[in-house]
Amino acid sequence: MADASYPTELLYHSEHDWARIDGDTAVFGITWYAQDALGEVVFFDPPEVGSSVSAGESYAEVESVKAVSDVVAPLSGEIVEVNLGLGDTPENINNDPYGDGWMVKVKLSDEGEIASLLDAAAYEATLS
Amino acid sequence: MSAASIDTALKRTPLYDRHVAAGAKLVPFAGWEMPVQYEGVKQEHLATRATAGVFDVSHMGEIATSGPDAEAFLQRILSNDLTKLQTGGAQYSVLCREDGGVIDDLFTYRLGADAFLTVTNAANHEKDFAWFAKQAEGFDVTVEDVADQYAMLAVQGPQAREIVGAFSDGPLPDRFTCRHKMLRGKNVLVCGTGYTGEDGVELLIDPADAPMVWDEVVRRGAVPAGLAARDTLRLEVGYHLYGNDLMEERGPIEAGLGWAVKEDTGFIGSEAVRAVREAGPSEKLVAFTMASGIARQGNAIVGGGEVTSGTMSPSLEIGIGMAYVPSEKATEGTELEIDVRGRVRSATVAKKPLYKK
Repeated sequence: MADASYPTELLYHSEHDWARIDGDTAVFGITWYAQDALGEVVFFDPPEVGSSVSAGESYAEVESVKAVSDVVAPLSGEIVEVNLGLGDTPENINNDPYGDGWMVKVKLSDEGEIASLLDAAAYEATLS
Repeated sequence: MSAASIDTALKRTPLYDRHVAAGAKLVPFAGWEMPVQYEGVKQEHLATRATAGVFDVSHMGEIATSGPDAEAFLQRILSNDLTKLQTGGAQYSVLCREDGGVIDDLFTYRLGADAFLTVTNAANHEKDFAWFAKQAEGFDVTVEDVADQYAMLAVQGPQAREIVGAFSDGPLPDRFTCRHKMLRGKNVLVCGTGYTGEDGVELLIDPADAPMVWDEVVRRGAVPAGLAARDTLRLEVGYHLYGNDLMEERGPIEAGLGWAVKEDTGFIGSEAVRAVREAGPSEKLVAFTMASGIARQGNAIVGGGEVTSGTMSPSLEIGIGMAYVPSEKATEGTELEIDVRGRVRSATVAKKPLYKK
């Protein structure tokens, strides 16, 4: 597993989720801290494409060997794509949380929410 | 996702420093600060199946029973037939209340004609000892809480015997037997028992000697493995975990432990257990495999029943578990629907052990 990292091009939610914003869509995942706290991820329970997510609310579940945890949406919108690859390789959430471990792509419903997210430095500060 | 704070009142095993040095994640467990994992659960699990794992199970308790009535006394409180237990033998049994509810499940080792050692679950140790002491009245027997006198290591896996045998004075005891051996000059009770479905040994050791034995087995290739791997290993082979699959509110027949229960011995609870066996239990503990996802302890079975243990099987790479279900749903191949946090998922009742070599 790689060392702790919090890429500066991402924005973060205090519940240990990240968003990579591209115009009016964003890709979501969980942070290095979250995957490390979970331990080995063994199952990702994805939402359905077309369903709505709300900022700060759970949209999926991720399971490690011993525990199940909710995954919280950093922003609101409609799910337009799900990382189906995690069905076979949920360990990508541990191995590459900002890359192959991405979870969903969302069409944002309120771009104004973006201002409420943390940058990498501010998020890291919440961890210390 | 915050880290659990460790209560300073928690007990530590003699191997605490070894666990810290090995990078263990330590968690509170039954009043002890125990390693839940080191490098990773999956790796520790698979290493135990492939080569050998070493588990610190010093949190488990021990009760020594001795004296002229020792056999008669244990026959009165343990469900199995103690008179069948030879010196140097090991026997699994349950401790029942009068109504047949399971107080604990235990291994008893016969060390001599009138001397026995019983290993208790950590969380139940005080309760068990109080029960032993209470029931001992009227018997010419000495019951001692000797938990502080023993550290306990489990070395499990296909290479476990070779690893321990390499620094032992001669051959190790066979399965379900125990013998005092000298391990590098230290007297250790070596038992051919375990909780992983693998061959291996459990070592009852003077706490002062435990670090030496730990170092030897690790140096010879046993992988330090934590409580999380111990749990996934036992669940794959369908062994019960007290507090999950066994409890005072249910009896041994429902739990599928009828093989360890001999009502004719007249143990406390035997009449209640006999009634359940004769009438047939209304529910039974079954093992299951999931079509997808993972059911967890407490998840409800649609139509009645509940999951008592559930995890992802590192060997099978599917969700597995155990559940109490109505008896008519207990046959192998029965499809179950489990409410996993609001989503209904399919599972199939499967034969134990779920994992076979």
